[in-house]
Amino acid sequence: MINSILGQNVSVGASDGVSSGRNRPDKCKLTVEELDAWYGSKQVIQKVSMGIGAQHITALIGPSGCGKSTFIRCLNRMHEVSEGGRVTGRVFMDGYDIYAQQVDPVAVRRRIGMVFQKASVFPTMSIFGNVASGISLTRFWSRHRDLRDVVERSLKKAALWDEVKDKLDQPGASLSGGQQQRLCIARAIAIEPEVILMDEPCSALDPISTLRIEELMLELKKDYTVVIVTHNMQQAARVSDWTGFMLLGQLVEYATTKEVFTVPKDKRTEDYITGRFG
Amino acid sequence: MKERSGYFRRKQFSRLMLVLCGIATAFVILVLILILGYTLVNGISYLSLDFITQPSKPVGEVGGGMRDDIYGTFILVGLASLIALPVGMMTGIFLAEFAGPKAASAIRFAADILAGVPSIIVGVFAYAILVRPMHTYSALSAGVALAIIMIPVVARTAEESLRLVPNSQREAALALGISRWRITLGVIVPGAVTGIVTGIMLAVARIAGETAPLIFTALGSAFGVQGLTQPIGALPLQIYRYALSPYKDWQQQAWAAAFLLVILVLGINVVVRLVSSRRKK
Amino acid sequence: MPRESYHRNLRELQDEVLVLGSMIEKALERSMQALKERDLNLARLVLDEDKTVNKKRFEIEEKALDIISCQAPMASDLRILLAILFIVQDLERMGDHAAGNAKIVIMIGNEPPLKPLIDLPRMNDKVIDMLHRSLNAFIIHDAEAARKIVPEDDEIDQLYDQVFRELLTFMMEDPRTITRATRLMWVGHNLERTGDRVTNICERVVFMVTGKMEELNVSTY
Repeated sequence: MINSILGQNVSVGASDGVSSGRNRPDKCKLTVEELDAWYGSKQVIQKVSMGIGAQHITALIGPSGCGKSTFIRCLNRMHEVSEGGRVTGRVFMDGYDIYAQQVDPVAVRRRIGMVFQKASVFPTMSIFGNVASGISLTRFWSRHRDLRDVVERSLKKAALWDEVKDKLDQPGASLSGGQQQRLCIARAIAIEPEVILMDEPCSALDPISTLRIEELMLELKKDYTVVIVTHNMQQAARVSDWTGFMLLGQLVEYATTKEVFTVPKDKRTEDYITGRFG
Repeated sequence: MKERSGYFRRKQFSRLMLVLCGIATAFVILVLILILGYTLVNGISYLSLDFITQPSKPVGEVGGGMRDDIYGTFILVGLASLIALPVGMMTGIFLAEFAGPKAASAIRFAADILAGVPSIIVGVFAYAILVRPMHTYSALSAGVALAIIMIPVVARTAEESLRLVPNSQREAALALGISRWRITLGVIVPGAVTGIVTGIMLAVARIAGETAPLIFTALGSAFGVQGLTQPIGALPLQIYRYALSPYKDWQQQAWAAAFLLVILVLGINVVVRLVSSRRKK
Repeated sequence: MPRESYHRNLRELQDEVLVLGSMIEKALERSMQALKERDLNLARLVLDEDKTVNKKRFEIEEKALDIISCQAPMASDLRILLAILFIVQDLERMGDHAAGNAKIVIMIGNEPPLKPLIDLPRMNDKVIDMLHRSLNAFIIHDAEAARKIVPEDDEIDQLYDQVFRELLTFMMEDPRTITRATRLMWVGHNLERTGDRVTNICERVVFMVTGKMEELNVSTY
């Protein structure tokens, strides 16, 4: 990002890369309209509307309690599973509202996958079993041969194949933290979703593992739409195309990452990013 | 200087607690050894292959074994398990995964009360609902009585074990678009299997030695195993009978049977533990 | 407030830029004074001081690098730091120009003056004034004020043009004045370049405030 600023040719007239004035990407995979969410009687998301770009990495940043984790769970209908969770509003994927009456949440979750902060590998299953679980536990019967192809493909996409190809039968829990998280990513990819949601995927990892997963995200965005929640601003700056800043359940600012981190429009965003928050 | 003596005192106290814990543990092991030892010493004269393979002899005749009663115990435990395991497990699963908070606490309450009902009352209950209408004592009614005792134990330990499985696994499985019941059967139950097995073992060990309900339901049989709708003998029942009898011969057989029963329960524990630890690998 | 010490360091660094700026202003004043009064000692002082100027510039750059590598500055903080790095570069160059003028004073030595100096001191004063105001705009983050300074560079260019033509006339009329005239032309050239540097500084101030990179120096000359 800094390279692009320093290397930019100064021409007559202002450079238009920084403040483009768009409020959502041109091609949106998910469109959120007036989303509200509650825990019981407490409203935690307030009228959020945004467009998530197709094959983009979209980052959500904000202080603790701002609602970003809750919001991302609304995108794959996981929020309603929580105690007292309730959602109103609409979320469109490819034109269909995933909150429409007749829509099955389970079907939504097969198209919009999720990776969590704590890598929750299934301890009773092997590495192979874990990756295949999304398929083996949804189909009545699956051929081992088919599963093997899917497992290999998913592990390769998650940049884990080389490390585990000789020990696919070992229990999933025998891997290191960073590997387990990549295993969870492989598991999520195996069901071939279109969108991958990541809720602070690197919070529990060491810096090297974190960077590897960030590299992985950049690879993944070629085939999937990625949304990540992170409390690490540098991470958001490094990997994302668009960034949204949330505060107290509201979407304060949403723009290209470059704009948000060089010329944020809202003072609250500026204060948060420069650490003047407090 | 004061600090040093404080450290010393703490160390002494810690050592004292360690010793006390050691004594308590030793006591527990000692009791087990004593039981095994006492029954063994007293019944040793009757422990032989014959004891296990021979049916009982009439009064006055020396010798004989408890073959039929051993079979009986196995049959009754098997029957009770057949009824109690599915019912108990499903109750446990329901409590842990699917019940709302109010329903769950009501069911739990009921299970805990059932677990506290004296086993003799359970026997009387089984007598009333099965023995009377069927006009006969039977293995079936005994199995049902024992199952009623087993169910709350299985259900509660199953529930507790299932709850120990971290919620993150349920969430992860949900996020993969797997349906609730498959998550339960494919991810949660396997994850709780050691705990569930322990619960089952506890239940089986408990009922293997129950005598009171058998008095009202199985009755005991001098003619061997005759069928499920007929009276049947069982080890604890026979121990009770023989121990209270005036015949020295029978009393010694009771000791031997007692030893056998303890070994049986011990054996069940050991075998199941071995199997489940191999499963873990 | 979180990051109190980081933001204090950032403010102090901006003040350091002003310090460097005032060193440049003094150098420009002194070099012109030395030229007017043929004060060789003053000229040598300016040359000495230039070393301090360079040192100060590297100090500021190092501190800025420190903050960038350790504090991961974002948004306005990042723009301030980048602006600082560019501005001190321009200031140091301006210092070189002032030192260059001082060198010329020494080279002229005791030669008789060609003519009374009028335009050159005017250029110098104008440059010093523009520099002062642009650094003001920098410290108070005023993009408008910075923008307004830029067109005034035209005045300096005009004055240079005048000086150039006048000296050319001298040289054409009397070839013996060529050396002296050329030297004075060089002083004028230095001052004209210094004026351009000030407009660069103004561009950086605008960037710092708005995030836009604009070429402001559309000279009518």
